[in-house]
Amino acid sequence: MIAFSNVTKRYEETGDVLRNVSFEIKRGEMAFLTGHSGAGKSTLLRLIAAMERCSRGQIIVDGEDIGLVKESQLPFIRRKMGFIYQDYKLLHDRTVFDNVALPLIIAGYGHQEVSRRVRAALEKVGLQGKEKKYPLALSGGEQQRVGIARAVVNKPPVIIADEPTGNLDPDLSAEIMNLFRQFQQVGVTILIATHDISLISQMDNRVLKLDHGQLVQS
Amino acid sequence: MKRVNKNRIKKDPPIKPVKQEHKQTSEAGGTFNDKVIAYRDLHIHALFSSLARMIASPFSSIMTIAVLAIAISLASCFYIVVANIHQLTGSIETSNQISLFLKEEVSDAHAKKMVENIRSNQNVQSVKLITKEQALEEFKEYSGFGDAINAIKKNPLPIVLQVLPKNSLYVKQGLDDLLKGFKQLPEVDFAQFDLQWVDRLQAIVDVAQVFASLLNSLLAAAVLFIIGNTVRLEFYSRRAEVVISKLVGATNAFIRRPFLYTGFWMGFISGVSAWFIVTILMLILRGSVERLSGLYDGTMHLLFLDFTETLFLISTSSLMGVLGAWVVLFYELKSAKS
Ligand SMILES: Nc1ncnc2c1ncn2[C@@H]1O[C@H](COP(=O)(O)OP(=O)(O)OP(=O)(O)O)[C@@H](O)[C@H]1O
Ligand SMILES: [Mg+2]
Repeated sequence: MIAFSNVTKRYEETGDVLRNVSFEIKRGEMAFLTGHSGAGKSTLLRLIAAMERCSRGQIIVDGEDIGLVKESQLPFIRRKMGFIYQDYKLLHDRTVFDNVALPLIIAGYGHQEVSRRVRAALEKVGLQGKEKKYPLALSGGEQQRVGIARAVVNKPPVIIADEPTGNLDPDLSAEIMNLFRQFQQVGVTILIATHDISLISQMDNRVLKLDHGQLVQS
Repeated sequence: MKRVNKNRIKKDPPIKPVKQEHKQTSEAGGTFNDKVIAYRDLHIHALFSSLARMIASPFSSIMTIAVLAIAISLASCFYIVVANIHQLTGSIETSNQISLFLKEEVSDAHAKKMVENIRSNQNVQSVKLITKEQALEEFKEYSGFGDAINAIKKNPLPIVLQVLPKNSLYVKQGLDDLLKGFKQLPEVDFAQFDLQWVDRLQAIVDVAQVFASLLNSLLAAAVLFIIGNTVRLEFYSRRAEVVISKLVGATNAFIRRPFLYTGFWMGFISGVSAWFIVTILMLILRGSVERLSGLYDGTMHLLFLDFTETLFLISTSSLMGVLGAWVVLFYELKSAKS
């Protein structure tokens, strides 16, 4: 589902952030991506979202070479992936409901379908009743869960999460992991970047480890 | 709350059924209809949300729209002025009459004889004699110099024969030959087509028209720039929204849509305001134009914008709003790759 072969990402200012990274995550697999701060986890995930292009190598998502996809086709690739960002990336002038509804509205769902799905997604992350709130009126953990609801509301075949539990207490983290596992059970491919070692050890999933931009364990 | 959540999540049915349901709805026959409705809703939402955003910042909106409305009403005024002058010249244009100014020593009686002669010419439809006295009366009446003219002892005006050629003689060559013949008559001091000065006036009107078109192009460019810049500023102020929408799979068309509607509203509201401005100006001008019209035997009536012209005004300004927004977004989206 997600395959990297010899991927290198170089920034003018910082040099090679990822070096010769190769791995493959199969359909329906759930894997963790770990490594020290600055190891290049977020960069790797950004490459999958085609927010940036890699300097060398090839990235294939769901059979499509991200590097060759035309700009006009990118939106349709992104709709297949649910992204959870380290910094949430919520719209502060929109309600929780509108934030979560955004991917559905973009994909052209009808009014009723949108509201049904948004409610279901908010319920899954335990935010029912907060639809009308604005993100800044929520705690960090609640904002994070809004971001998670937005990523899964479209029921994408791939979920990419960058520190999804960074702001959650252990109970809530376990719950979110539980949620991810449910998705995995229905065939969703999941890649989670985190440095929460205890969480990883509880979960018994495959672990990819980055060290200074190189994959040291996969 | 957490406890409740936990229980709820555990009790929740597995996600599979929901997913299947989704597949059903997205692949069932009704979906196309649903998508069309959703698409329409999206447009309606964009239409009204962009209007709401303009209302939310009334001062900047009003100022931008005021500038636009003034530019558009100036353009409309040029158009109306040219149209009115056109109308004025148009009503005279139809006559191709020849005026023969007779020499001073020619008497009224002799002039009458000439009229008979000319009338017998097969190319002539009719001849009208204007004696010195009639000409003077007419001049006094229209010029307003009556008293001054009374003071002059000798009537300075010549006798004029107004010759109307037959309609069949509409060919330029035939008319020219006729004029040449009249010029050779010994009694005629000076002969000319009345058309000639109409031609000149026409040429002046043409120049005015071209000039007005040029000015209007400049004003259109100004309108495009103003709308483009306003949309650009709004694009920057909503940058987060643009970036995030792109990240969750928005196409450029989706991102453009609300901004295009903003452009549309600015153009539309400015167009409507311009119509009101023009109408008020015309109402103010009406009195003096009617007086002018009286001097032209009432042949001239002030032309307002008629229904089609009003429609054209408003749709053109709306279209320019969309166009200005579109051009700016094209470049902004091209340079803002995320
Ligand atoms: N846009 C950029 N331009 C230049 N350098 C960058 C850019 N983004 C990231 N980097 C560099 O790439 C390296 C890896 O960053 P990245 O955000 O991928 O780390 P990370 O593993 O996600 O760290 P953390 O766990 O703290 O989130 C860092 O040294 C950073 O300085
Ligand atoms: Mg990171």
